[in-house]
Amino acid sequence: MEKDQDKVLNEVTSGEYKYGFVTDIETEVIPKGLTEDVVRLISAKKEEPEWMLEFRLKAFRHWLTMKMPSWAHLKIPVIDFQDIIYYAAPVQKKGPDSLSDVDPELLKTFDKLGIPLEEQKHLTGVAVDAVMDSISVKTTFRETLAEMGIIFCSFSEAVREHPTLVQKYLASVVPYTDNFFATLNSAVFSDGSFCYIPKGVRCPMELSTYFRINTLNTGQFERTLLIADEESYVSYLEGCTAPMRDENQLHAAVVEIVAERGAEVKYSTVQNWYPGDKEGKGGIFNFVTKRGICKGDDSKISWTQVETGSAVTWKYPSCILRGNNSTGEFYSVAVTNNYQQADTGTKMIHIGRNTKSTIVSKGISAGFGQNSYRGLVKVLGKAAGARNFSQCDSLLLGDKCGAHTFPYIEVDNPTAIVEHEATTSRIGEDQIFYCNQRGISTEDAIGLIVNGYAREVINKLPMEFAVEAQKLLQISLEGSVG
Amino acid sequence: MFDTGRDTFLKDSPEIFNRYRKSAFDDFLRLGIPDRKNEAYKYTNLEKFLNHKYDDYFFPRPEDFREAERFHCEVEDLDVWNMVLLNGFFPNGDKGLVMLPGGIWVGSMRYAVKQFPALVEKHYNRYIEDGSDGLIPLNTALASDGLFIYAPKNTVYTKPIQIVNLLHSDKDIFVQDRNLVVVEEGAQLSLLSCDHAISPQRFLTNTITEVYVGRNARFEIIRVQNQHNNSGKITHTFIHQERDSYASSNNISLHGGLVRNATWHHLGGENSETHSYGLFLADKEQHIANFVKVDHTAPNCNSTQLFKGVLDDNSSGAFNGRIMVHKDAQKTNAYQSNNNIILSETARMDTKPQLEIYADDVKCSHGATVGQLDENALFYLRSRGIDAREARLMLMFGFAHEVIQNIPIEALRERIDDLVHKRLRGELSRCASCAVQCN
Repeated sequence: MEKDQDKVLNEVTSGEYKYGFVTDIETEVIPKGLTEDVVRLISAKKEEPEWMLEFRLKAFRHWLTMKMPSWAHLKIPVIDFQDIIYYAAPVQKKGPDSLSDVDPELLKTFDKLGIPLEEQKHLTGVAVDAVMDSISVKTTFRETLAEMGIIFCSFSEAVREHPTLVQKYLASVVPYTDNFFATLNSAVFSDGSFCYIPKGVRCPMELSTYFRINTLNTGQFERTLLIADEESYVSYLEGCTAPMRDENQLHAAVVEIVAERGAEVKYSTVQNWYPGDKEGKGGIFNFVTKRGICKGDDSKISWTQVETGSAVTWKYPSCILRGNNSTGEFYSVAVTNNYQQADTGTKMIHIGRNTKSTIVSKGISAGFGQNSYRGLVKVLGKAAGARNFSQCDSLLLGDKCGAHTFPYIEVDNPTAIVEHEATTSRIGEDQIFYCNQRGISTEDAIGLIVNGYAREVINKLPMEFAVEAQKLLQISLEGSVG
Repeated sequence: MFDTGRDTFLKDSPEIFNRYRKSAFDDFLRLGIPDRKNEAYKYTNLEKFLNHKYDDYFFPRPEDFREAERFHCEVEDLDVWNMVLLNGFFPNGDKGLVMLPGGIWVGSMRYAVKQFPALVEKHYNRYIEDGSDGLIPLNTALASDGLFIYAPKNTVYTKPIQIVNLLHSDKDIFVQDRNLVVVEEGAQLSLLSCDHAISPQRFLTNTITEVYVGRNARFEIIRVQNQHNNSGKITHTFIHQERDSYASSNNISLHGGLVRNATWHHLGGENSETHSYGLFLADKEQHIANFVKVDHTAPNCNSTQLFKGVLDDNSSGAFNGRIMVHKDAQKTNAYQSNNNIILSETARMDTKPQLEIYADDVKCSHGATVGQLDENALFYLRSRGIDAREARLMLMFGFAHEVIQNIPIEALRERIDDLVHKRLRGELSRCASCAVQCN
């Protein structure tokens, strides 16, 4: 019993980034740099049809005209986009039909990360699409899901096998001209997950994508497309890790969600990219564009995110509430420790009548971390009866960090009710004293209080993730006390 | 205009004004007039007012001053010391710079530079922030007169000082006035600034007011803005506070085609306190914007911001507030609130309340709402036999009163209450002596 306790304590307080190892595996990489030829090469490597290549080239040409945005409250060193490898893939035999075809080294990697790719070992009933560097390694439970008509596969497979669906929905929520990073992604995206839930189907298990950056100097550009047809339901999880390196690595993903009439999509992220070391060296630059559209009436999209990793996070999962009575939700916990910076939040665009949105954002800054909430609530003229409630709290641990709130509220309809509230404070000395008095060390007390503070958001996560997220919170804040 | 009018400027203006002109004009040329790409003007479109061709205007004619003297403020029981400025200029003559009982000096900047050169030197153009707003250097480049108030150490004047800014001309004009208020250690000052346009021409005012509040000093400013719909009013107020000081600012915008009040509160000394209040009632095509920045650079300071708006017809409103707490400003207590009521289908409100915090031992909170009157409260009143219209008025009046009650001068408070009441009832809200039938 005592031993167990010690083990837990050790685990909780070890404080180091657990996933920082590198897998030694044969990887096929293309030369550094980004030119039209590279875009063509990526497309060729993936044996893509002509329309896909056209899409990429259109995006690439547009990207050349764009500049990296600088409005975020972030200090980002100049990124040399020619010094990045845009495609890296673990070498494996063509098309792994069964698990035995997958490189055992890869399996070991994902095992080590706690992502079992062997279906029979699965207790939790989570279907996983595992993405390493630029390509999808293995998607589990595909057959089981296919029986219900659910398509869950890697993006490349979807392009080959379901071109009409992909063509219909690709870039329908995030157009290739959307922003600097989304455009870059549109030009060079390598893989990602594709998911289609047919009419009236309630997806029986959690779908999940696990992203892993392995190769040095690569950028990861994945693209996820999630389509929930009428009256369907799906819960989707996303996790990510990367090795510890002194160089910054770039991750620019795009996630698009389409919810048709009556559909409900729950999208959860536990983002744990390598955050850099205590001096702020290394770490992932995480520039992600995530957007969902509630296309039909009565649809619902819910974003939940726990952001503990990355050196720089730039991420605004958004909802376009077009259908009448549709609902958008955003729950977020963002932790910045050491020299991490996060500028994250959401956009809720109310277009349809009686649309509702809820925003709960909890920021925690420690060390030299800078944490900003940036959100937009926009009510258009036709969105009668729109309702929004936003709450953004910030917790400061230490006197060298910063917490900022930049909400934008634009209301163009008299029947809309929009509320925003935010507080910034530190943990009360009385709260810590109360815990100390009861024999709880200051360190543990802070963990306790932080977890309680973030509970409202963590409760929204699927159970397996919630446990993980709680541990992560504690680890991320390790060493920030005193 | 700058080049053609240069000689007139340089001849008539104080030396210190001229010294900053050239570089300020270069800054203006570089920055240009702020457009909607400028974050602070994201929701305010100045085009309609700035693209108009205004006539050159250097100094009012004597007959204009005579016209202006006929104006009198009609607020009952308002016991103030009163002075009238015309188009940003002081009338020539004995009122150029006067000392009030108690030792406070009030008058024209032109005279102040002669009488207090060292003081003006020390404070002029010292408290300006925001390097991205081209209208600020434009004022520095073009202004040639304005209000000067100097409260020397430990002076107290019990009555408020009322400044009536009249706009009267037979041409369309662009007014650039430049004010400086220095409240030295232990002094107390209350300033009431009323804006009226008494002729129907198009006016645009671009005002800068710099305020220095010394140790343990107290400063209050109340602005009542009541101009016609053809006039634009842009104010920039910079309040710099030293240790143990107190400052408050009230912006009551009742009327005006375009109003933008920008107020910077800089808490530069420990244990100081600052309050920023604002109320606006907008209808027709009016646009009323409030920009506030409270900058906490010293520990143990308190600040509050309370801004409320009622929007009707095609009007639009904007609020852009920021609390900034610097690294060393521990034990800061800051609050910011913005509430708005939209009454019509086509009115629009954009609000941007922001917190930027670099110190940990602070209590900062903000809230913003855009909505309608509370249905439950309406029902409560109606169930007690109050008709729907009256019930709505009561609630709106209560909504507005939360800001009005912070006005430190009682007679004025009653007057504003009255004006707001009338305005909400749809009756004329301007002062009766207003010559312009703008409604």
